[in-house]
Amino acid sequence: MTRPLLEIAGVDAFYGASQALFAMELAVAEGSAVALIGRNGMGKTTTIRAMLGLVATRGGAIRFRGTRIDRLPPHRIARAGIGLVPEGRQIFPNLTVRENLVATAAGRRAAGPAWTLDRVYGLFPRLRERQGNMGDELSGGEQQMLAIGRALMTGPLLLVLDEATEGLAPLMRREIWSCLARLKGEGIAILVVDKDLGALARLCDRHFILERGHCVWSGDSAALLAAPEVPHRYLGLGATPQ
Amino acid sequence: MDTILILTQALNGLQLGVMLFLMAAGLTLVFGIMNLINLAHGALYMAGAYLAAAAYGWTGSFLAAVALAVAGTAALGAAIELAALRGLYRRDHLDQVLATFGLILFLNEAARLVWGPAALFVPVPAALAHTVAILPGVPYPAYRLAIIAVGVAVAGGLYLLIARTRLGMLIRAGASNRTMVAALGVDVGLLYTAVFALGAGLAALAGAMAAPILSVEPGMGEPILILTLVVIVVGGIGSIRGAFAGALLIGCVDTIGRAFLPSMLRAVLAPSASAAVGPALASMLIYLTMAVVLALRPRGLFAARTG
Repeated sequence: MTRPLLEIAGVDAFYGASQALFAMELAVAEGSAVALIGRNGMGKTTTIRAMLGLVATRGGAIRFRGTRIDRLPPHRIARAGIGLVPEGRQIFPNLTVRENLVATAAGRRAAGPAWTLDRVYGLFPRLRERQGNMGDELSGGEQQMLAIGRALMTGPLLLVLDEATEGLAPLMRREIWSCLARLKGEGIAILVVDKDLGALARLCDRHFILERGHCVWSGDSAALLAAPEVPHRYLGLGATPQ
Repeated sequence: MDTILILTQALNGLQLGVMLFLMAAGLTLVFGIMNLINLAHGALYMAGAYLAAAAYGWTGSFLAAVALAVAGTAALGAAIELAALRGLYRRDHLDQVLATFGLILFLNEAARLVWGPAALFVPVPAALAHTVAILPGVPYPAYRLAIIAVGVAVAGGLYLLIARTRLGMLIRAGASNRTMVAALGVDVGLLYTAVFALGAGLAALAGAMAAPILSVEPGMGEPILILTLVVIVVGGIGSIRGAFAGALLIGCVDTIGRAFLPSMLRAVLAPSASAAVGPALASMLIYLTMAVVLALRPRGLFAARTG
């Protein structure tokens, strides 16, 4: 295993007085894909928000490429090489597709060749067709493509997706998963939250299951597939990898 | 003769309108993006006028005076944002009103200390001190036409800045979702300082251009601040297009109302009654306009799209 690109070690996080994360442990190796699994409200989004400096943490440390990032403001964390595709996509509704991609673009340190408009349009030809449309005129799937493209344009080493395919049509889900596989093949590390265990098992190298702000299980895809009772217990009936 | 008077007053209204636009653009951006109510915006207008008067004294060139006033006030605005306003964004609007009202008192007193309580006067630049015949036999001051031209040009430039540049995209993106802008690696604090400095520079441009037609004195920023607040409410808070439309509307309604309403009332009321009611009604006209606009479109003429 190569050295961790991202390392969360013993981190607590709070919303006001209520604790949302308890001694969270998580590591993402360079160029690898990691899944964050758990029911709603178990701390997946909080983990991501803590990582990006959007929720204050106490105790422990978050390191990116060996450097502490857990006291930095969000924009410095993002600039270190983390590209966020947030829950609900959060496309800028009053900007065109092209402007959404360009506004926050920065040829920082991308794994592999720099991300340009043409390269994003190559990955998602649909966005080229829609480039003059406003952000709020897109379908959910197009918004997700745009959110991924927007994050790639910041030149990330780690792409973080919160609910990668939630609410999307099956065809669109397949396209998002194949795009993520392609990005992983190009050397971008991926941290992904989703409910589709089968797709996660195919894409990801390691899986972390969260339960009430604790990491209760972690292992590789083979271990996840070999232990169907684990997702069954933490995710409920029917949650078996297919 | 009446059409000539109407034309002249319409141009006066337009000139007040573009001045109001220069003020309103900054105020509406700061409110729309930073969610900050900045009552001290009028004091920045005053700062622009004083700096222009001072710079004119040093350089003897009106153009240099305007340039120095704009640059100096933008720098002053950035300093105020960094030193005083940064901590206020998360506070509620009442705290912001109190703090920026304090800034008004501070800046007015600072102007009085530095330049004294007496009004300063700046001459109209010699090249524009003549009149231009807008129609045969209808003269109009060239300087006021120049103000209209500068205001329209700045409005065009501002439109291009907001619509076409990266900074403009970030300003719009920041207005709809500042957390996401920060999470994508943009220093929102720096963006806010830049927007505030831009607004201060525009207010200073209005103040510097007003210096030759008004007297430069402490407190000169407050009357125009009131008008500007009316403009951004009418136009739709956060919208530059709304600021432009609202500024022209309010500028024309105010000017034309003051010019014609008393004489129109004389046609229907007794002379003594119209003499009493006319000016009062004329100065209420912009507020009546605001009430009508808000009744028809509660979010203003061009409600900004802020997610």
